[in-house]
Amino acid sequence: MSGEIAKAFAKAKARGEGVLVAYAMAGDPDLPRSVDVFSALVEGGADILEIGVAFSDPIADGPVIQGASERALKAGSTLKRVLDEVVPEVRKRCPETPLVIMTYVNVVMAMGEERFAKLSRERGVSGAILPDLPPEESAGLRATFDAAGVDLIPLCAPTTPPARAQAIAKDGRGFVYCVSVAGVTGMRAELPPDLSQRLDLVRKASPVPVVAGFGISTAEQARTLSAHADGVVVGSALVRAAHTDGPKAAKALCADIKRGLKR
Amino acid sequence: MTTETVVGRFGRYGGRYVPETLVPALLELEEAYAKASADPAFGEEVARVLREFVGRPTTLTPARRLTEAWGGAHVWLKREDLAHTGAHKINNTVGQVLLARRMGKKRIIAETGAGQHGVATATACALFGLPCEVYMGALDVERQALNVFRMRALGAVVKPVESGSRTLKDAMNEAMRTWVSQVSDTHYVIGSAAGPHPYPTIVRDFQSVIGVELRKQAQAAFGKLPDAIIACVGGGSNAIGVLHPFIGDAGVRLVGVEAGGHGLDSGQHGASLTLGTEGVLHGSRSLVLQDADGQIQEAHSISAGLDYPGVGPELAHLAKTGRMEVRTATDDEALAAFYEVARTEGILPALETSHAFARGRELARELGAGKYLVINCSGRGDKDVATISARGVPPPTGVKA
Ligand SMILES: Cc1ncc(COP(=O)(O)O)c(C=O)c1O
Repeated sequence: MSGEIAKAFAKAKARGEGVLVAYAMAGDPDLPRSVDVFSALVEGGADILEIGVAFSDPIADGPVIQGASERALKAGSTLKRVLDEVVPEVRKRCPETPLVIMTYVNVVMAMGEERFAKLSRERGVSGAILPDLPPEESAGLRATFDAAGVDLIPLCAPTTPPARAQAIAKDGRGFVYCVSVAGVTGMRAELPPDLSQRLDLVRKASPVPVVAGFGISTAEQARTLSAHADGVVVGSALVRAAHTDGPKAAKALCADIKRGLKR
Repeated sequence: MTTETVVGRFGRYGGRYVPETLVPALLELEEAYAKASADPAFGEEVARVLREFVGRPTTLTPARRLTEAWGGAHVWLKREDLAHTGAHKINNTVGQVLLARRMGKKRIIAETGAGQHGVATATACALFGLPCEVYMGALDVERQALNVFRMRALGAVVKPVESGSRTLKDAMNEAMRTWVSQVSDTHYVIGSAAGPHPYPTIVRDFQSVIGVELRKQAQAAFGKLPDAIIACVGGGSNAIGVLHPFIGDAGVRLVGVEAGGHGLDSGQHGASLTLGTEGVLHGSRSLVLQDADGQIQEAHSISAGLDYPGVGPELAHLAKTGRMEVRTATDDEALAAFYEVARTEGILPALETSHAFARGRELARELGAGKYLVINCSGRGDKDVATISARGVPPPTGVKA
């Protein structure tokens, strides 16, 4: 696995904190200003950045990220431009923070899997999350990423049966992304009651850290979950804060959630 | 005869590219379908409903005046427009809703473009007493008002989708999003031979009733298999349904006609087999209309049912291996064909079907006298009258003979 991701988890642990994986959409509202958003997230305490790359048909996303995707596409965001213009800038401003690309498999296929892996590594990307690439379809791509040194981070869902969840976790790269709710991305008032059990199961099986994501937007939720996970992913809430009130608001929300992650 | 090379794959195409949340449901569906198709009682139940309710077998009609007008092969029509609800779509929804009931699912969701699949799903749900929600692009809600009314009358809830191009692909995105959050008790009835495995196989099997009937009917009507069969291609369900049972018959030419829209070089068309490139859309790897960055492009067709930037994986495989010939017809050609068929045969074909007719003349001539061409009449044009009449009706003298 990529050293950067492991190091970020180790550092947070040493400080007695859960990891905050913060998501924002590259190119929302435009490419340069999204760099400001990413660095604000890190200033607010984000330990790992998830860099969303827009896709025209984002079936795993709820309305907030769909909206961000549409804005980013209008602003001319493409995977190539994100790797050329956003990633290097973010690296420059936040040299310590591991970067993970989140997009859909078609976007990666269009660039070419090997080319994506190679460019990503060269530009300092540590991992990738492809929400529409389940284990059955990911073997080839994962081998390509492994060879390039980019972690293909697997997802595990609330509907995944325990044995399958353990198998996914055992073979994890970077970290295991436990989707907390059966549904699309977006804020939720309540998380499922059996989520902590699920996280414990996956964490036991996984050689890499485990994070919970989808639906998380408050310090309180982060606090509850961090007893059972190595960290949380926050997406829609940050995207909305950045969109409606700017980078500063996203930074403040990160700081707030980060307080919830203190042990 | 099967074109399935590995389970769930047709050559390079197919697969299951969906969020992990849906994978267990797809595995469950695959298993339930395997059990159901091995159970003669299930097959009999589907066949009985098709016979008693849908009106199968649909007839094979000689198109004598078209045959004369075109001056080539004998032209015959496989009449899916005579199936209940007016299109082939009902073959699949009856099968899938029965399967969902067998699986103990409590509710049904579907996507629809032209509204035919939505109406067919709403109909099957009414028949078997299951609640039904249909996702439909807001643009299609406007241009297919009749079918929106029919779905509502049948008790279905129509959900207009405002995202993206507000057409079929966006309706399918929204149906998948909804399914992700309701997957435990909901069955998603996909309307074409597209989507993640096992849908392309399930839909093809249920639609193959068209081709299976045609084999028998052709023998009875003209004493042999057709020399060519032509069908329109949106997602490809009517095409794979009529063509699949003939894949192993080398003497039968299989022809698919895609939406040429405003023309292939206009950038506004639905010709994913002709101009698409390999990609992943709605859960399967197939040929899709996309830009160099992998963003899906908006398709265009005068017919809402062909207005889709993807195509089922099995058809992509048949097209790439050359077993199926692929042609296109523009909006204008489809409209002209609509009137030609109406005025020579007394049939108002759906705009989708009109695309198949638009390539009929040249194919009949290529085949020549003494040969037999069957055109799959995927549906009737009642749903399209608003779209068509808005352009003005040509005077009777304008009929091309
Ligand atoms: C009458 C009719 N024919 C054809 C189609 C195209 O779909 P497919 O290619 O899946 O048969 C539709 C779709 O709505 C339709 O209503």
